[in-house]
Formats: sequence, C-alpha cells, structure tokens
Amino acid sequence: MFTDMVTARHYEERLQEEYLEGKQPAFDISAGQIPGELHLAAGQEPAAVGVCQHLREDDTVTAPHRPHHVAIAKGVDLDRMTAEIFGRQTGLCKGKGGHMHLFDPDVNFACSGIIAQGCPPAVGAALAAKKRGEDSVAVSYLGEGAISQGGFLESLNLASLHDLPVVFVVEDNDWAISMPKERVTNVSNGAKRAEGFEMPGERVDYNDAVAVYEAADGAIERARAGNGPTLLEVQVHRHMGHFMGDPETYRPDEEVPRLRRMDPIDRLADDLRDAGVSDDELEELRETAESRVEDAIAYAKEQPQPDPEEAYEDAFVNPPGASDAAAADAGGDD
Amino acid sequence: MSRAMVEAIRTEMAADEEVFVMGEDVADYGGIFDSTQGLLEEFGHDRVMDVPISETGFIGAGVGAAQAGMRPIVELMFADFFGVAMDQIYNGMAKNTYMSGGAVNVPMVLMTAVGGGYNDAAQHSQTLYGTFTHLPGMKVVVPSTAYDAKGLMHGAIRDDDPVVYMFHKRLMGLAWMPAPPGPKTAVPEEEYTIPFGEADVKREGGDVTVVTLGLHVHRALDAAEDLAEDGIDAEVIDLRTLVPLDEETMLDSVEKTGRLVVVDEDYRSFGLTGEIVARAAESNLDALEAVERVAMPDVPIPYARPLEEEVNPDGEDVAAAVRSALE
Ligand SMILES: Cc1ncc(C[n+]2csc(CCOP(=O)(O)OP(=O)(O)O)c2C)c(N)n1
Repeated sequence: MFTDMVTARHYEERLQEEYLEGKQPAFDISAGQIPGELHLAAGQEPAAVGVCQHLREDDTVTAPHRPHHVAIAKGVDLDRMTAEIFGRQTGLCKGKGGHMHLFDPDVNFACSGIIAQGCPPAVGAALAAKKRGEDSVAVSYLGEGAISQGGFLESLNLASLHDLPVVFVVEDNDWAISMPKERVTNVSNGAKRAEGFEMPGERVDYNDAVAVYEAADGAIERARAGNGPTLLEVQVHRHMGHFMGDPETYRPDEEVPRLRRMDPIDRLADDLRDAGVSDDELEELRETAESRVEDAIAYAKEQPQPDPEEAYEDAFVNPPGASDAAAADAGGDD
Repeated sequence: MSRAMVEAIRTEMAADEEVFVMGEDVADYGGIFDSTQGLLEEFGHDRVMDVPISETGFIGAGVGAAQAGMRPIVELMFADFFGVAMDQIYNGMAKNTYMSGGAVNVPMVLMTAVGGGYNDAAQHSQTLYGTFTHLPGMKVVVPSTAYDAKGLMHGAIRDDDPVVYMFHKRLMGLAWMPAPPGPKTAVPEEEYTIPFGEADVKREGGDVTVVTLGLHVHRALDAAEDLAEDGIDAEVIDLRTLVPLDEETMLDSVEKTGRLVVVDEDYRSFGLTGEIVARAAESNLDALEAVERVAMPDVPIPYARPLEEEVNPDGEDVAAAVRSALE
C-alpha cells in the first residue's frame, strides 16, 4: 500500500510539473505537452490503495474523472497510461481517450468524465460475474459530489435487488469543484444512504489507509462470497484545485496547508515505523516508486504522436464498409 | 463574451424577482465558464443557486418553476452532459407547451457550453447543435460576439418559451482559454434585444455564401480574408439562432452567389449542414451551382492534439471548401 501511495503521489506531482510546462507565464489550458483538463488526486491515495489492495486482475474497477491513484492501485500499465495522458500513439487508448478516459482491459479498469457514469457499468460487470458463476467483483469509485446523481442511486437499487458483487466507494473530499459538501447534501455520513437500499454502508474517517483497507476487506469479501453489495464512504482530502488552473477562490486559504499537515502518506509511514519498518526501508520503497514514475514519464515522452489519419479509426471494431473493402482485396465477388 | 451575457442576466434579475439562476458552480465559482461571474455578490445564494450534481433533478426543477410562472436560467455545465437529463429537457421542457395544447408554457433558459479545440476529448468537446435543434419545442440560440450574446440573452430571458442558449467556451474570454479577437465587440450599456430568427451578414461578398455560427463565424471570417487576397469574395452569414432559422437571408445570399458552403462544429451526418443544404435545395434548386459541407466527421472527438486538429474544422478547411465550391 505504501508503495502504491508514494507512486501515485509522485506521479501526480510530476504530472503537474509536466502539465505546466508550456503553459507559462499565461495559463492556457490548450497549450503545452499535456493539454486539456487535468484532475489530480494528491491526498486521496488511501481510498485507492485501501480498496484495490484486495482486488485481482479479473476484478473490475470503474473510476471517475480523477483516476490516476485508482489506476495505479489497480495495476494499470503505468507506461502506457502516461503515454495516453501525453496523447501519444502507443498510449492505452492510442491518444483518443486522454486522462479522463483511460481503458486498460488487461486489468479491467475504465474511467469516465461524466459524473457517476461508472456506477451502472460496474453493476453490469458484477451481473456478468454472477451470471457466469465467477467470483470476481466490481468496484465503482465516485466523489461525494456524485452521490446525488440518479445513475448512482439507480445502481445501488439494482445491485441490492440482485445481490450483486459490487462495492461502491465514495471518495469524500468535501468539494465538488467549488461546492462544499453541505451545499449539496444534508446527509453528512454518505454511508447512511445504504440503509435505504437494504445494504451495508460504512464510513471511514481520517483519510487513513489502514482503516480503509480493513473496511474494504469486509466489503470485498462479502461481495466475493455472493452476499451482495456494500457502500463505503471514505474521507479523503484534495490537495490541489479541482483541475489544474482552477483559481480556487472559493476555498479558504488555510485549508490546503492544514490538509497537507494531515498527509495520509506520513500517517501510513508512522504506522509502518511503529510496526518495525526502518526509515531506510521506507526510503528505498520511495525511491523505487519514484524511479518507476520517472521511467514512465520518460517512456511517454519518447513515444510518437498519433498520425492524424488515425482519428478516423476505431469508431467501430467492425467498421461499416470495411468488410466490402476486405472482400474486394480478397478478390471476392460483389 | 461572458461579461456581456452576465450583464443581460444581471439587468433582468434586477428588474424581475422571478428571474433566478440555478446550476453547478454558478454561485461562488461564478460559472466554470464565467457565465454567472459576480452575480452571487449582488443577488445572494437564494437567487444564484448552486445545486447538487443531479441534472435530471435541477433541470427538471427549472421546468417546474418555469411552469409555475418563474423565469429560471438553468446552466448545464457542458452540453455533453445533456445525456443524464435529456428526458426533462426533451420530454418536458420542449414538449409541455404542445402537449397541453398551449395551456402550459415554459419560460426557461437552459444555457450550456459547447465546443472543442482544447483537447478535452470526447465527453467535453461536443457542439451538439443538431441534437437540440432536432427536437421540436425549444428555441436555440448561438451567439458569436459579445454584442449578440447580450442582446440574445435579454431576449431569451424575456421569451415565454424554452430557450437553449449555447455558448462556445472559446468565445467567453476566459483567463485559461484565450479567445480569438472576433467576439470582443463593443457592447452598449443599455438593454437591447436581438430578434430571434435574424441572421447577421458578417461579411458581404458575391462569389460564395458561407453559412455558419458560433466560433466558426470567426474561422470563416479569417478564411474569407485569406481568400480575398486571391480575389475570391465570400459572404459570411452568422445564423445566430437555429430555431427559429432565418431562411430568407441565407437563401437570398445563395441566389446571389450560387454557391453554398456550410460550416459547423457539430457532427456531419444528420445535422446542421445537411439541414441548411436541404433548405437551399428545396427552395431553389436551380440557384445552386455548388455545395460544400465542412463539419466534424462522424467520430467522437479525440484527445491528442494532432487528432483533434484533424477533425475540428479550421480556417484552412473553410478556405479549401470555398475553393472547391468555386471550381
Ligand atoms: C453529469 C456531469 N455533470 C457535471 C460534470 C462536471 N463536473 C466534473 S467533476 C465535478 C465535481 C465532482 O465532484 P466529486 O464527485 O465530489 O468529485 P471530485 O472532483 O471532488 O473528486 C463536476 C460537477 C460532469 N463531469 N458530469
């Protein structure tokens, strides 16, 4: 867990640097080597690692628009993910998806830029597992801002009704862009929503990776054993703006420094030290993680840009008209 | 352009207690695209309402409030997100006047950001004029300059029908997304309206008619300047509103030039370009010597810069289409 957390953190910090290159002095979202929006998850790592630690490759994860920490914890190919974020031809999605739309079918990971859009497909993955008699599970991540969305509530109902092996993980970072949690819900403990659907709900406070790990253990176990869905709400903190370039004028000045003082990585490091892990060992894990990130970024930058003509490919796996051309190539008749 | 829009909203809110704004991040943030900047300070959270991320809920609530006689301005942050709320939009907002035989009306403005050109990929870059205009019952407004943005917004709020107000992100003058100079037109302080259904001839010319709207008005004007150097005289028409559509201006122009180029940032198939060409053909097939369409090809909008540049029409694409229409 520690390794994944420091990998994710270093990754976010490095992406931030790379993103800003070419966008200075006047910030222009479309300039630079990583264009488009970039939503960073520094400070939210416990929700990713505490849950994904229990998952196998054949388990499905759907993540929202802030996906990197979850992708890393799920084992998404870091080189190809980074190449995708840099918009390169050899990226996970050949440069078509970008940072909010990463797909890695090898580890059953997907994410999306539409709020709560990942919930129903996670239910679908769980449904498929159940129909086939497999013991894989699905995990759907969403923010606390997303829990008012119909797709989420409909998913809870469907999952509960059919006892599906799915765990909904709400990352409560207190903010939905500029909207503080209290302005979008009267239910401060989001896990309570589970009650209305007759499923277990649990909230984990203090952005604590170990506590998330323990809560997720029960939830995933329950799902794998065929006992149905769980709703987990995890308190996390968003260290950065909603997206890079967000002026954050809505946020109290003191908040970010205060959150950084409660850093979940420091906290886990303390726990590990208490358990007898030495500073040297921690440092070594950190260095390995950092060099993996550096390698991924170096790899991404070396990759070719996509050829413009590729824009027309991949809308279908079986493009209309292509079979005619193939038939003609093969000398087939009309 | 954002300041002009906000100016109109502010004036209408001050004049009429029934006007209010509702949407995600419209209060403290002032709208992600500055469409409500500064309104919170003047009118408070009761009249500039942040809402939960629940488009079905709050857009539907806008429909209900409008039917109750209020004049809500509801923001759908990106047009791309319409999917989660389309039922409220097209089965309610758009149809209730008709289904009720005119007994009910929905004086609501649904404003939403459109357009790409900043590499935000397939879920945040669409223009979707065709989707909203295809469904009957909503007026659809697309400003391309600050002057038009203000006049059209006054008209949209005062209109007793539902109006979809689609603004292009690139025209707003955001700190983080530079706008071309075109939209920064002078804006009179006093209120004024621009009648719906009156296209604007942004450049007169006798050789070819270029019909477009939104950001692409500016791309077409740039192309027209380049073409002028080669002695090609293009007329550029900014539609400004799609429903109602000003056929007359467009058709008169085609009659004069004989050549029609339609430029759209929305998808090519079953959309605006086909519609405009069809109207020209229906009205006077004989006047048409050549027709060209410039639009997004039928693929979702890709992320990587070379790919997005390939699919999103620019000035060169417009110029090439004009030349080809003249061949
Ligand atoms: C259906 C839909 N509505 C609105 C948005 C715009 N949007 C993107 S992120 C976001 C806030 C999300 O907040 P939360 O779910 O708490 O996640 P966080 O960003 O805090 O991680 C909003 C409103 C969207 N992407 N999709």
